[in-house]
Amino acid sequence: MTMQAIGKPHSRVDGRAKVTGGARYAAEFNQPDQLYAVVVGSTVGLGRILRIDAGAVAQMPGVRAVISHLNAPRLAYQPHKGGTDPANGERLHVLQDDQVRFYGQPVAVIVADSLDHAERAAAALAVSYAGETPVVDPLDAKVQPVAPQAGRAGADRSRGDADAAFAAAPVTVEASFDMARENHTPMEPHATIAAWSGDRLTLWSKSQFVVNEQAEIAAIFGMPAANVQVICPFVGGGFGTSLRTWPHVTLAAIAARQVGRPVKLVLTRRQMFHTTGHRPRTLQRVALGATTDGRLTSLIHEGSGETSRYEQFVEALTSTSGFMYSCPNVRTRYRLLPMDTGTPTFMRGPGEASGMYAVESAIDELSYKLGIDPVELRRRNEPAIDEAEKLPFSSRSLMQCYALGAERFGWASRDPRPRAMRDGRLLIGWGVASASYPCFFSPASARVRLLADGSAEVEAASSDMGPGTYTSMTQVAAETLSLPLDKVRFSLGRSDFPATPSHGGSQTMSSVGSAVRAACLAVQAELAKRAVADRRSQLFGASIDSVEWREGRLSRKGDAAAGPSYSELVTGAGGSPVEAGASAARDAAIAKQYSMHAFGAVFVEVSVDPDLGLVRLRRAVGAYGAGRIVNPKLATSQCIGGMVGGLGMALMERTALDPRDGRPVNAHMGDYLVPVNLDVPHLEAHFVEEQDPHVNPLGVKGLGEVALVGMAPAIANAVFHATGKRVRELPIRIENLLDV
Amino acid sequence: MINFQYARPNEVADAVRQIAADPRARFIAGGTNLLDLMKSDVEQPSRLIDISRLPLKSVEETPDGGLRIGALVPNTDLAYHPLVESRYPLLASAIMAGASQQLRNMASTGGNLMQRTRCYYFYDIATPCNKREPGSGCSAIEGLNRMHAILGTSESCIAVYPSDMSIALAALEATVRVMGPGGERTMAFADFHRLPGDTPERDNNLEPNEIITAIELPPQGFAKNHSYLKIRDRLSYAFALVSVAAALEMDGEAVKEARLALGGVAHKPWRVEAAEAALAGQPANEASFAKAADIVLSGAKGFEHNAFKIDLARRAIIRTLTQAANGTPQSQSSKKIR
Ligand SMILES: Cc1cc2nc3c(=O)[nH]c(=O)nc-3n(C[C@H](O)[C@H](O)[C@H](O)COP(=O)(O)OP(=O)(O)OC[C@H]3O[C@@H](n4cnc5c(N)ncnc54)[C@H](O)[C@@H]3O)c2cc1C
Ligand code: SF4
Repeated sequence: MTMQAIGKPHSRVDGRAKVTGGARYAAEFNQPDQLYAVVVGSTVGLGRILRIDAGAVAQMPGVRAVISHLNAPRLAYQPHKGGTDPANGERLHVLQDDQVRFYGQPVAVIVADSLDHAERAAAALAVSYAGETPVVDPLDAKVQPVAPQAGRAGADRSRGDADAAFAAAPVTVEASFDMARENHTPMEPHATIAAWSGDRLTLWSKSQFVVNEQAEIAAIFGMPAANVQVICPFVGGGFGTSLRTWPHVTLAAIAARQVGRPVKLVLTRRQMFHTTGHRPRTLQRVALGATTDGRLTSLIHEGSGETSRYEQFVEALTSTSGFMYSCPNVRTRYRLLPMDTGTPTFMRGPGEASGMYAVESAIDELSYKLGIDPVELRRRNEPAIDEAEKLPFSSRSLMQCYALGAERFGWASRDPRPRAMRDGRLLIGWGVASASYPCFFSPASARVRLLADGSAEVEAASSDMGPGTYTSMTQVAAETLSLPLDKVRFSLGRSDFPATPSHGGSQTMSSVGSAVRAACLAVQAELAKRAVADRRSQLFGASIDSVEWREGRLSRKGDAAAGPSYSELVTGAGGSPVEAGASAARDAAIAKQYSMHAFGAVFVEVSVDPDLGLVRLRRAVGAYGAGRIVNPKLATSQCIGGMVGGLGMALMERTALDPRDGRPVNAHMGDYLVPVNLDVPHLEAHFVEEQDPHVNPLGVKGLGEVALVGMAPAIANAVFHATGKRVRELPIRIENLLDV
Repeated sequence: MINFQYARPNEVADAVRQIAADPRARFIAGGTNLLDLMKSDVEQPSRLIDISRLPLKSVEETPDGGLRIGALVPNTDLAYHPLVESRYPLLASAIMAGASQQLRNMASTGGNLMQRTRCYYFYDIATPCNKREPGSGCSAIEGLNRMHAILGTSESCIAVYPSDMSIALAALEATVRVMGPGGERTMAFADFHRLPGDTPERDNNLEPNEIITAIELPPQGFAKNHSYLKIRDRLSYAFALVSVAAALEMDGEAVKEARLALGGVAHKPWRVEAAEAALAGQPANEASFAKAADIVLSGAKGFEHNAFKIDLARRAIIRTLTQAANGTPQSQSSKKIR
């Protein structure tokens, strides 16, 4: 019997802890003698601090420190660029000068003996500014687009002559798209508890990347990374906002050092819209040329996204345009729009979600111009290889996704004409779009300990913001070691655990999963090595090649009799745990041979009230080719979450900035709208069988992002099918549809 | 939030004495609005007078056949009260269109009447706002004003009164009973809320030393032909861009008597009696409804981001009147719009 832990719909191993309150989040690690810090943010969007009246506030009840650029320590801010930091530019140096670069930038931090006292003092702190009007609107004539640093992701690419082919094409589509800024708005706010012990710092801090937070804080304070410990066993939703280490972490550490006590700092919901990144607003233009039978002859995709003045945030806005379709002439162009705002950051499906919204909308427009079903149009332009990289795909199941999705959705009964389908007075629209996201696999490590009771402890720094890392890694270890799930305990979220890449980019399953597998194999090898060398062992003297692991027992090859179990081997070796670590990384040679991506097809049905402009999502079917599915239950849940995110992007989410001062005015869960239960209809996620031996040893592709990508264009396309009106901005709101 | 004193009177007269004694004191009922305002430092009361134990929780028939609703009746209880469901379903529907279940369980009838605007700037003490700080200016007029008023605005404030329940109460011609140091008085619902004028800091005509004790409904409940339609950006837990309460007394295919009130468009529930009068005696068809809508919206004025609300309101009025005339009121549970 093999255990077959992988591929089974196991429930979350941490589910009970989560629903009973046993799971501890950053702000819950209260420390003895802890004080409370509250951040004071700038109330101008650009300018200079003139005065800070710290004196009066310092006398207020319970206040222990008022820290601003006037008295903050000068920090080392040594160079550090983690995988989630922009490659170009320099991070915000908090409280190091009097400059205000964007609205809400921290200008002071108050430390007091209670949250209440700290809040009172923060509200009372008088700060005066020489303020200027910031530039926060990408359409502002003062914005000067810049090219992202050459040679980096997002650089302009071209093959053939796309402009000439467009000019010559018998059928063309050309359209511009404007997608709103979004904020991640996870349930759990950013929070850090900082505690110094001599020159060692412990941070209980919300993070999707504890080892990077460790390195970043060490660099900022100019101390050895070994002196910083970051702990974060649970993340209450991230979507990318906790990939970087934002200024509040530094502020908590500064504050704790200044007062010589542990300090807890939790951002307010409003502050979550200021300094913790956002999905940049993007402006895009897509131009398509095609033959009358629907072969693409030209694809031009130009886009620009907002960034700050001090860092170039680059996302994969145009990257899928090179390989989604077979097309001889393709040109992509990507520009950044530096403005007086905080630096944007990765948000679920970063770049792909925004870029594919534009291209998949334009492809849909083309399908109507040609009179070809949008699924058929995609089939006619399905490439055999990645034409941008001139590489075969490691696997590409997009057409299978379309077939499966179309069947489950019932696409065949669609009336192709806009406004043709109705339910009473409601207009019904069916829309479809493709999704894609790269298969990243970054170097990762893990450690396994086998105990005398025959159970295993597995550790990796990693993170679990909701996809179920605890569960899936437990499954990988259980399967590799042939142990039942309850004999495996997987721990994560500590920077002193073996290093892993960011818990983003849909790469945790591939990277950490591969490392866990490697570590399990390593500990088996270690145990086997000891067994054959141990006089007391029944396998003593056997050559290492003549033994094998069968169902958790070390046996002689060809000998049907079961050999000793883990417990017997560990006990026999003296009883102390046997430990091994291992790393996994993508084979560089394979990376040069294959283009590796997950794909998906999303089908949706909307209704539009033609009088009132109200759009409702009525159902959605997503079909994904994402390699091996480790846990269908968690994978489905992950996909449904992504689809809900895409629904928000399509119809609701929009951070509204006041152009006068750059203030996000709707920085409130009542005003920044995300879908609520009633908005979310029946959503289905299906997976096509896909075996991909190239992506990583587990054959998994990652699901987190691809599940969001594709949803917004599918909805926008459905709105067109329902109404005959093409809305080229997101979110689509009532005012866009009052004239249908 | 600042420190405050806390008191919990058991009698209405005591509550009135306490509020009269301290101009910075505030009543707290369900707390669903006041606590949010305190956390944002918009309200900084010296004392909270917890009125939740006052004997104002009953719903009773009045001698004339109407209904008296105690000021502390929770929104949920009111919406599900058998007499309200059967005789004033418009009111039940409007309540159910508001907030979320949890909030409706806490929210009181009086508190709902008194809830303050959701203007972004009102909530952000770092911005000028005439309602919060008279004379400081209005950030919304030249700012982001998608949610703001299109009717009855002034140069000092364009905020919207956000209640759903009150829109139905306005259409039903409720009266508000209040108690002050000098005793009890009643106000017609139309006289309760105010337009901003040059005193936007005053939402309504309740005196600072008065308490709402009850709402009274006249006997006529328009139980057959009514509808409450709320247009918003998501299906729950969002305030109205526009809402319409319509109540009709039909005479065959014609309208005998009409009531029409709008929410989300002004500093108070917006009722135009001329529009109601114009409907009386007319056939219940789109032409009549459109005419009424045009009368209601005749003085409407849009701002940079909310001009669409004029058109939206017109469409919503026509739809709601149609729903009411057909006897197919808007469902607040499925929220499917028919
Ligand atoms: C997230 C959210 C969403 C919401 N959505 C909606 C919505 O869609 N539609 C809607 O209509 N409402 C909505 N609400 C508002 C909600 O209906 C009100 O907050 C609620 O009705 C207030 O009642 P309360 O008893 O909690 O008032 P409290 O918060 O206790 O008091 C509010 C004010 O009324 C005063 N007050 C209370 N009772 C009396 C009295 N008897 N006499 C005199 N003064 C009194 C208080 O002093 C205070 O100033 C929402 C609220 C929230 C937080
Ligand atoms: S509209 Fe009224 S509440 Fe809003 S900022 Fe202006 S004055 Fe204040």
